[in-house]
Amino acid sequence: MRAYKPKDDVQAKAYYTDRFYVAPQVPKSSVEEDEIFANDLAVIKAKFEVKDAYIQVEQMVIHINANDIYGVLELMRDELAYTQLSEMSAIDWLAKDDTFEIFYQMLSMTKRKRIRVKYFIKNGQAVDSVEKLFRSADWSEREMFDMFGIEANNHPFMKRILLPYDWQGNPLLKTYPLEGDEFAAWYEVDKIYGKEARDIIGPELRDTAHVDRYDSERFARLGHEVPKGTEITGDEPAVSASYQEEGGVFLVKKLDKESSIVIDDPQR
Amino acid sequence: MAQVKNRLTPFFENITFDRDDNELVLNFGPQHPSAHGQLRLMLHLQQEQIVKAHPDIGYLHRGMEKMAENMIYNEFMPTTDRMDYIASSSNNYGFALAVEKLIGLEVPRRAKVIRMLLLEINRLMSHLFWLATTALDIGAMTVFLFAFREREYLMDIIEGYCGARLTHAAIRIGGVPLDIQDSFLHQLRVFLNKLPQNIKDYEDLLDSNRIWLMRMEEVGIVSTEMALSWGCTGPMLRASGVAWDIRKEEPYELYDEVEFDVPFSDKGDNFARYRIYMEEMRQSAKILYQCIEMYEKCEKEGQTELMAHAPKYISAPKLDIMTQNYSLMQHFVLVTQGMRPPVGEVYVPTESPKGELGFYINSQGGPYPYRLKLRAPSFWHTGILTDLLPGHYIPDVVSIIGTTNIVFGEVDR
Repeated sequence: MRAYKPKDDVQAKAYYTDRFYVAPQVPKSSVEEDEIFANDLAVIKAKFEVKDAYIQVEQMVIHINANDIYGVLELMRDELAYTQLSEMSAIDWLAKDDTFEIFYQMLSMTKRKRIRVKYFIKNGQAVDSVEKLFRSADWSEREMFDMFGIEANNHPFMKRILLPYDWQGNPLLKTYPLEGDEFAAWYEVDKIYGKEARDIIGPELRDTAHVDRYDSERFARLGHEVPKGTEITGDEPAVSASYQEEGGVFLVKKLDKESSIVIDDPQR
Repeated sequence: MAQVKNRLTPFFENITFDRDDNELVLNFGPQHPSAHGQLRLMLHLQQEQIVKAHPDIGYLHRGMEKMAENMIYNEFMPTTDRMDYIASSSNNYGFALAVEKLIGLEVPRRAKVIRMLLLEINRLMSHLFWLATTALDIGAMTVFLFAFREREYLMDIIEGYCGARLTHAAIRIGGVPLDIQDSFLHQLRVFLNKLPQNIKDYEDLLDSNRIWLMRMEEVGIVSTEMALSWGCTGPMLRASGVAWDIRKEEPYELYDEVEFDVPFSDKGDNFARYRIYMEEMRQSAKILYQCIEMYEKCEKEGQTELMAHAPKYISAPKLDIMTQNYSLMQHFVLVTQGMRPPVGEVYVPTESPKGELGFYINSQGGPYPYRLKLRAPSFWHTGILTDLLPGHYIPDVVSIIGTTNIVFGEVDR
C-alpha cells in the first residue's frame, strides 16, 4: 500500500518520530507574577472579553475575540502606552480546525514590555484593519493578504505586496508546496513568451536542487560543459576541468618567488 | 531549440499625459543605482514636487518564511545571511537567540563575548557601508572610497574568522562554532586605534560641506508620532526623538555589562540620522574595546567552552563526536533529523544595525518550525516612504532613501 500523504499540509515532515516521544512545552506562567502585566490585563479585561492570558518567554500573550481587535489595540495604545505595533501576521491552522490564528506583537517603550494579542478567525473570514491606529499595519496586512489570502476590512489598499498583482495562490498556506504549484511553473513562460509557446519551452524548473542528467539547455546537470543543446547520450568523453591558460597567466610572465613579497598584514 | 519571440515589449501603466492637473507619473526603479536594491517607486509629480509616492517591493522575494517551514533549524541559519546581507552575523544571531530562548539554553560566556565582537564588527561594517553608499549617492566620491577601505579591513578580520566576507553564517544555535583566530584581536585593535581618526576624516569632509548640508538638513523629517506609528526602529527612531535601543533597554548577551551611550536626536531629518550613524560607530568602537578586555579575561580564567551543553539539542564538541559512541549517535540524529524544540512560541527582538530585527517562532515540537515570521526593520522603513516623500523634490528622494538605510534582502525576505 502506498504511504498516505496528507493534502492539507504538504510541508516537510519529520521522517521518523519515536512512538513514545512526548514533546516538552515551553513553560507558561501566570500573569499575576508580573505586576505591570497584571495591571494591563485588568484594564483590558474591564472593557473586553479576554479568553486566555499567560506569560511565555517574558512576554504576555492574550487571546481575545476577533471583532474586539480594533478596540483592544486602541485601548492599549492610548491608555496603556503600547505605542508600537512591531509585527502582525497569521498562522495557518486550516488542517487542524479550519481556522487562522492572527497575532499582533505590541511594544511599550516606557514600560519596556511586549504583549502578543491573538485571536482566531474561520477560513474565509476577514479581519478588521488596524491601519488607522498604526500605519505599520498598512503593509503588514497587505503581506498577510498576499501570503494567506486573509482580507482586512477598511484597508485603504488591499493588494498584494510581495508577489505580482496577477499571481494566483497564497504561498504561506500549508497546502501550497514549497516549489510552487502548477500556476507558478507556467507564470513566467506565459508572461514572457505567451501560452502558445508552452509546448516548446516547457514548465519552469522550480526545484533548484533538481539535476537532470540529460539536460544541456538549463545548465542543471553536467559534469562538464558542452555546447548548448547538444544531444547527450551519456558517453561523451570527459573533459579535464583545468583552466590554466597555455603559456602562463596573462601579465605574469614568470613567477619569481624569491623576489616577490607576500602581504600577510593588510593594515601594514 | 527554436527561437521564440518574447513579449517583453514596453508597457505603460495608465499614464495619461494630457490631464488637466499636469500631474506626471514617474517610475523610479526597480533598477535605479540609488535605490540600494530592487525598489520601485511610483512617484506622482507636480512639476518637480512629489504629491504621491507608492513604493513597490517584492523584486527580491525568495519566500524565506516558507523555506524556514521546510528546513530544520540549523539548516535555516545560512539562509538568514541573505536577509540583511550587509551585516549578516546580526541575522544569524537574531535567529540563534530566538531558538535558544525557545529551548531555554544558556550560552557559555566565551561564546557570548565572541558573538558580541562579531555583532559590533557587523554594526561597524553596516554603518560604514551606509555612509559610503549614501555619500556616493549625494556625490561625495571620496567618502565612499575612504569608508569602503575601512570596511575592507573589517571584512578581512571576519574572513579570517569564518572564511566568508558577506554571508558569514558565523553563529550557531547554542554558541559559536570556532574560537577567534590568533590575529583577530591584534587586527581589531589596530583598526580601532585608527577609527577615531577615520571618522574625523569623514566628518571633516561632510559636516561643513555645503552640498551635503543642503541635501541633508531639513530634508525628510520624520516626526516622533510618524516614526512610532510606522514601526520605525533603530537609527530611524532615535533620530526622531526616541532614545530606544534594545541593547540598552532589553539587554541580551553581555550588553548589560558594557558601557555605551545611545545617541538620539529630536530633529528627525536626514542630517540627524547621519549624525546618529557617526556617533554609533564611536559607541561600537567603545563596546569593542570592552569586549576585547572581556575576551582576554575569559582566556585568563580558562573558560574554553564555545557551545552550550545540551545533548538533546546541540551536538557535542568534535573531539567527543570522534571518540565517544554516544556523542556520535547524538550528532547523527541531530544532523539527519534535526533538533526538536519544545511546543510553544517566542518572539525575540534584537538590535540589528538597521533596527529591531525580530524572529517569531511557533514550534509544534517537530524538527521544522510550524511558523516563522521575520520582522525586518527595513520593511517598515520602506513603507514610511509613502508618507515621507510627498512634499519633497525628486533629488530628495535619493537622499531620503539613502538615510533610511534599507536593504532589500530583508525588505522582501
